[in-house]
Amino acid sequence: MNALFENPILWVTVSLGAFLSGKWLYARNRFPLFHPVLVAIASVIFLLLLFDVEYETYRGGGDIISFFLGPSVVALGLPLYERFQQMRSQAPALLISVAAGSLVGLVSAVLPVILMAAPELVVMSMAPKSITTPIAISVAEQLGGDGSLAASFVVMCGILGGVIGPAVLKLTGVSDPVAFGYALGAASHGIGTARALEFGRTEGAAGSLAICLNGIATSILAPAVVGAIMSL
Amino acid sequence: MFGGIFYLFLFLSAGEVLSGIGLPLPGNVTGMLLMTGALATGVLKPEHVRTASNVLLDNLAFLFVPPGVGILVHIQLIRTHWLSISLAVVVSTLLVLIVVGGLQQVLGSRRRNERSV
Repeated sequence: MNALFENPILWVTVSLGAFLSGKWLYARNRFPLFHPVLVAIASVIFLLLLFDVEYETYRGGGDIISFFLGPSVVALGLPLYERFQQMRSQAPALLISVAAGSLVGLVSAVLPVILMAAPELVVMSMAPKSITTPIAISVAEQLGGDGSLAASFVVMCGILGGVIGPAVLKLTGVSDPVAFGYALGAASHGIGTARALEFGRTEGAAGSLAICLNGIATSILAPAVVGAIMSL
Repeated sequence: MFGGIFYLFLFLSAGEVLSGIGLPLPGNVTGMLLMTGALATGVLKPEHVRTASNVLLDNLAFLFVPPGVGILVHIQLIRTHWLSISLAVVVSTLLVLIVVGGLQQVLGSRRRNERSV
């Protein structure tokens, strides 16, 4: 039994099966908590605890799956190019807004955890919380944070923005479709963009552009901004 | 499809090399920028990478399962610091929404008005 557990192929298979079950469940009941990723994560954790398997053992298989995060980030270059072409006339405004959003996002993510004396691992993993998971993992690891921790903060921001984002934007008077979708993508990446798409194609396109541009802006700004705050 | 996979790995490799010799960006982000550059200059056509890119991006969520399971290791840390973590998540998400939405609304619409004049 233990020899089987040590084989990474088993954990790739378990992860695929867990995700497939999640998709099946979500197709029948579109309750947000039944999102395939959440169901898959919960199922794998349940199995690991049930059979008393260490996370490090699962990680052999997990790393094989995570390997594909690299080419997936590169693949984002395609929507980046096509959405940017589509909205080229607004390029200066889009670049300024996303740069400001990235800066504000970094400072406001890092300050509360520093002021409340959370360990550096939490601070460095919180910094990229508004950007898409695969880039956030890389940025967090580059800063000395933890990829898993960063991924969970990213999901929290995604769900929060997806749920309350549209109401917040309406309250603050953001009515322009591009600005509306762009803000959701910048604050809440893929989950925010899925929500933006419910309001229209322009909102959705603006959201996916924001995912790419905020990912780039935050990877560029994070080391300098977080470094400056830590040295205060 | 196979060609597309090759191009994605080609840009990823180039990005990893550039980041390895000191470019202060994750290698995969550098690779994305290189691919965007190749598309913008016409060296690469969207059709070359569309199928491969869509296969990865349409199933991106699956790749988040391992990091999600990894949270097992940090449950205690999150429990201890839940208040500061929640505060950072809520405050920062609200601020990014308002700053990006507000700025884009003002800057974007001013530009449209200039053109319509």
